[in-house]
Amino acid sequence: MVFLEFEKPLEKLYTQLEKLKQIAQDGDIDMSDKIREVEQKIKKKQKEIYSSLTPWQRVQLSRHPQRPYTLYYIEKMTKYFVELHGDRCMGDDKAIVGGLAYLDQQPIVCIGHQKGINTKQRQLRNFGMAHPHGYRKALRLMKMAEKFAIPVVVFVDTPGAACGLEAEEFSVAQAIARNLYEMARLRTPILVYIIGEGASGGAIGIGVGDRVFMLENTWYSVISPESCSSILWRSWDHKEKAAEALKLTPKDMLQFGLIDEIVKEPPGGAHYQPEAMAKSLKKHIKKHIKELLEIPIDTLIQQRAEKYLNMGVYSIADQPSSDKTP
Amino acid sequence: MNWFRRLKEGIQTATRFKKPIPEDLWVKCPKCGDTVTRKKLEEYHHTCPKCNYHFRIGPKEYFRIFFDGHYTLLFEEIHPVDVLGFVDLKPYTQRLREAREKTSSTEAITVAQGKIQKIPVVIAAMDFGFIGGSMGAVMGERICRAIDRCIEERMPLIIVSKSGGARMMEAAFSLMQMAKTTVKLTQLADAGLPYISYMTDPTTGGVTASFAMLGDVNIAEPGALIAFAGPRVVRETIKRDLPEGFQTAEFLYEKGFIDVIVDRKEAKATIAQILQVLHHRHLPTRKTKSTSSD
Repeated sequence: MVFLEFEKPLEKLYTQLEKLKQIAQDGDIDMSDKIREVEQKIKKKQKEIYSSLTPWQRVQLSRHPQRPYTLYYIEKMTKYFVELHGDRCMGDDKAIVGGLAYLDQQPIVCIGHQKGINTKQRQLRNFGMAHPHGYRKALRLMKMAEKFAIPVVVFVDTPGAACGLEAEEFSVAQAIARNLYEMARLRTPILVYIIGEGASGGAIGIGVGDRVFMLENTWYSVISPESCSSILWRSWDHKEKAAEALKLTPKDMLQFGLIDEIVKEPPGGAHYQPEAMAKSLKKHIKKHIKELLEIPIDTLIQQRAEKYLNMGVYSIADQPSSDKTP
Repeated sequence: MNWFRRLKEGIQTATRFKKPIPEDLWVKCPKCGDTVTRKKLEEYHHTCPKCNYHFRIGPKEYFRIFFDGHYTLLFEEIHPVDVLGFVDLKPYTQRLREAREKTSSTEAITVAQGKIQKIPVVIAAMDFGFIGGSMGAVMGERICRAIDRCIEERMPLIIVSKSGGARMMEAAFSLMQMAKTTVKLTQLADAGLPYISYMTDPTTGGVTASFAMLGDVNIAEPGALIAFAGPRVVRETIKRDLPEGFQTAEFLYEKGFIDVIVDRKEAKATIAQILQVLHHRHLPTRKTKSTSSD
């Protein structure tokens, strides 16, 4: 288990627990009381740490190296998954995956950013930063879902769209713009889950949907705290402050009405009990697909449009009111 | 010893001893260094008479260039709100106040209704001086209302983009404006009305990745920087110099993302020509000379 800086007190307890278990095993001594005690301590400490996470700590949790990614969830939740590759034009981007599957009796098209689980994989997946052909692959799969009346389930987990020569040359901007446009009027339900990082155009490029949910230890914003710090404070050292200022936590997003619901994670985060996480996520998806499928498609698209058209706070007055802080 | 070392950095003359030169009389071209009178520059629609560099100009200048004289400003009553209480080196409210004083714009986008060669249109134009032409909730809302006006009165929409992208001080709200404006564009499309995206220097970030790239016709001014990630960010990421001309209008034109690159002096005529065709259902029949031989 990898422990983050603020989880260090937990690490000690876990090592203690391991030792106790070892002793119990080796020496045939009854340590169950002691073990229970340490387990209780862990629970208490976990509660203490995770109930008062700062926004920056939550950002760190969202990037935890052992956090489950898109393919893990697909594998755990679905049956008969067939991954489909390529945008039929340029190539196959490994930072976005997608395919066909069954969620119990419900056929779905699933699409999501995919990060690597080791150094080699991370490179192959470009850290979940998708190129134009990744977004175009996603669009192709969505159009297929529309054609065969299959709901789309999207998993968002990206630090941003790819940045580099190829991304600009083949216009990742145009690819994202096109996706926004097509998702706005896709004639099939779209569910979006932020399962890790949700940064900027890279996230929303596959993230327009009828319902948008965030897992508990994730973030969603126009820019990563690091980049925000480097632009506005002109140094990388203010990421904690930037994370604070951007109001990027699920709680903030829910309060602003920019997402529909927060999906609870197991204590300590999805990576402590990934299977339990997948199980509750599956239940959540099934419930919402069922609800969305009952809405006539024209109504659904109209509601989707209204949802986005209502986003944004401004004042209507002869004089700007923003001279005063509200 | 270095005899030529400058002992003190920068200009040493105090501001109060500065020689009074009337401002605004002469303008220096940042590209070729030539000086030109302001009056002549205006005659040339703010392009350098010598090297054709396109100066960065604001909404009012574009309105003067594109409209047949009279035009009406719209939705000026919509103002920004500091919904997050955002403070970086300065409070967001202070940035807004300074931007208003500096630019005389009320937000990073100004919308106006008028006519282009007698065709009624709505133009939304951005002001780069207003927090980098950044897109916040007001830009999103003004664009959406501009589209509503177009649909009500069966008019085409023209957006003159000039922006650094989404406005960080409105965080996720600004990100959602990408979706909001795009959703609204689908309604303009359903109404069968044309949308011309006119990209100027610079058009980057969330603006490029939403409505700017979605024109029925994408027009760009020569030499304009058009990108998702800005050149500095790309350079820092790939850790080497960028190819010559990378991310310019010409570059994207060659790659197939821009329909036409138009000199600002010809832009009005080109837009009118395009609208004559795309918007033909709502225009009086055009009298053209028969080109077929008798």
